[in-house]
Amino acid sequence: MSLARRALLALLPFAALALAMPAAAEDKFIVVSSTTSTQDSGLFGHILPLFKAKTGIEVRVVAQGTGQALDTGRRGDADVVFVHDKVAEEKFVAEGFGIDRREVMYNDFVLIGPKFDTAKVMGSKDIAASLKKIADAKAPFASRGDKSGTHAAELRLWKIAGLDIATAKGPWYRETGQGMGPTLNIAAAMNAYLIADRGTWLSFKNRADLVVVVEGDQRLFNQYGVMLVNPAKHPHVKQERGMAFINWLTSPEGQRDIANYKINGEQLFFPNYRRAGS
Amino acid sequence: MHAAPSILPFVFDRVSYAVGATQILYDISFELAARTRTVILGPNGAGKSVTLRLCHGLLTPTGGTVRWAGAYGGDPARRQAMVFQRPVMLRRSALANVAYGLKLAGLDRAAREARARDMLERVGLAPLADRPARVLSGGEQQRLALARAWALRPEVLFLDEPTASLDPAASNAVEEIIKAIDASGTKIVMTTHNLGQAHRLADEILFLDRGRLVERASADRFFKVPATAEAAAFIKGELP
Amino acid sequence: MTDVGAAFMAAIGLIAGLDAPLIEIVALSLQISLSAVAIACILGLPLGAAVTLGRFRFRHSAIVTLNALMGLPPVVVGLFVYLMLSRAGPLGALGLLFTPPAMIIAQAILITPIIAALSRQIIEDAWIEYEEQLRSLGAPPRRAVWTLIWDTRFSLVTVVLAGFGRAAAEVGAVIIVGGNIDGVTRVMTTAIALETSKGDLPLALGLGIILMALVLAANAAAYTLKEAAQRRFG
Repeated sequence: MSLARRALLALLPFAALALAMPAAAEDKFIVVSSTTSTQDSGLFGHILPLFKAKTGIEVRVVAQGTGQALDTGRRGDADVVFVHDKVAEEKFVAEGFGIDRREVMYNDFVLIGPKFDTAKVMGSKDIAASLKKIADAKAPFASRGDKSGTHAAELRLWKIAGLDIATAKGPWYRETGQGMGPTLNIAAAMNAYLIADRGTWLSFKNRADLVVVVEGDQRLFNQYGVMLVNPAKHPHVKQERGMAFINWLTSPEGQRDIANYKINGEQLFFPNYRRAGS
Repeated sequence: MHAAPSILPFVFDRVSYAVGATQILYDISFELAARTRTVILGPNGAGKSVTLRLCHGLLTPTGGTVRWAGAYGGDPARRQAMVFQRPVMLRRSALANVAYGLKLAGLDRAAREARARDMLERVGLAPLADRPARVLSGGEQQRLALARAWALRPEVLFLDEPTASLDPAASNAVEEIIKAIDASGTKIVMTTHNLGQAHRLADEILFLDRGRLVERASADRFFKVPATAEAAAFIKGELP
Repeated sequence: MTDVGAAFMAAIGLIAGLDAPLIEIVALSLQISLSAVAIACILGLPLGAAVTLGRFRFRHSAIVTLNALMGLPPVVVGLFVYLMLSRAGPLGALGLLFTPPAMIIAQAILITPIIAALSRQIIEDAWIEYEEQLRSLGAPPRRAVWTLIWDTRFSLVTVVLAGFGRAAAEVGAVIIVGGNIDGVTRVMTTAIALETSKGDLPLALGLGIILMALVLAANAAAYTLKEAAQRRFG
């Protein structure tokens, strides 16, 4: 076989790749690494088309746990990070990986459990006492265990309840290491308690015997923050378009559109952006 | 026909061949010259096919040497061809099977096509040129194999029991083609265990038995007055 | 109605509705997996043939390695490609992470060993039959490789299908390198994973049924073609 033909054959794979490229070549998009809760709850499906209609910018959402989403930003694989773990977000910014962090909206976490309520916590307004009861009863509890925002919140709540979950956990405490949805599926299958964000819960369909058992405690507050990946660290970050998205989310218009997203008439996220100094 | 210097004579010098501990050929020497039709004759298991493969270079002797002693300066492999007992047909048309060998020989597309068609004509397969080779009958396949080998215009053509799997009519057609190839100036070296076929085609006989070259003689002499008891027994049909 | 029954209803509903997003997802799945199969064939078939014909020292180790690589865990391939293509990785400048080409690369890596290992077995059988004839005709090894690949083409269809099936069915690699971005890198399997995590199990299974129907259709078509060709060409 001639050299030219061999060279051609060697190039073929790249030619095939090139054919698949046009999808990637169109540049008017940004990558947002975000959480499963914002995606699975359907919020993005509601607001992104509105944003695109206004600016022409396509937002490509990679939905991960908060820890992983921040990591994606840290590696420079996203332009914007939109997550819900204030402590981790502030660390991310302090390390220089993110800039211009803004608080966008909140919703709340809820304690989900089987409707026959083995640990007898139904209706309580005290999440700390409820968790304590679950631990005492050794009632099955499903933890995300994936360093997500919800996982971080859950660990914080155990601490508030006065338990060191690392030592207190037994066979009743099960770490799924998966996203909110899979963890809900697992909890539904074994009638376990778990902490979930309300957005995902409301849009979740495979509930079996699970119901909300505890809600409304101040400490179940769930703040979402957005920030730009630092272009000084990652020069390829699409600063202008990324900021356009962040500005829109925190604009009166964006805030209104977030508030307008409802499932069965129930509002899922509550916009709470306040200008610097909030 | 072959204006170029010949690759012949071919020398088989004290050749032996073994696979592991099994000795197949013992200390065989002979020389092949141009223009004669040589038939390697012998009962099953005599070592005929192995001898032919050693000649053609498909096997390497474990003892002794084989060499092409002619004046030809290039690669002798280019000047020989072989037809096997069971022809290996490539999964393409009859014409393409012949053209394949010509492509390897370096002919350009137009020349291959023309020569391949001519060869199919000569072996009587022209009407089947575009048929897939693998769906041809056994006899047709063997004629196609002959055409493929002949197309290379070899100076020497080796044939390993070319009619062993064929019915009499097909065998007959193959023998006619072998005669035509001989007439075109190619030296024929063929194995057979078929006495009648040896009688019809051979100028000279190499008679092998149990891995040894037992007798070498002109065909006339061999069939009239065999010099060895083994050859005599084989001619009488006492050896398988 | 049972969940499985609901899944079939969902599948029928999806197909009957000819939902535009669904068509997009199916088209992207096919585009990605077929591209990956094409690349894997370009690399894997000659590799399989080379291992057959090669007389190199580590031939046995190469065969064992190829066979073992057939079991490459998709998630490991996904991670590897992710780390390569990440902006922080060696090929980050290409900006391919979270795009279809990244998914094609991952799937191609995943199935090239499958194509190579399975084709090696087929080509080796053919080589046993062809070796003397090809050597007699003076075919150099590289020519012999192409001849064997061409002559076993009908059997190799099965190998290609095995590769396609694996590519189309895997989720572990593409979800990592593609990111399951709606409308960009969402394929059948990642959509199934997403619907599962949303707890919409009937819809997830419905998508799964469509995926299986596609793979089944591809196999049926290829098998019919192969049979017809084999009858025609022997």
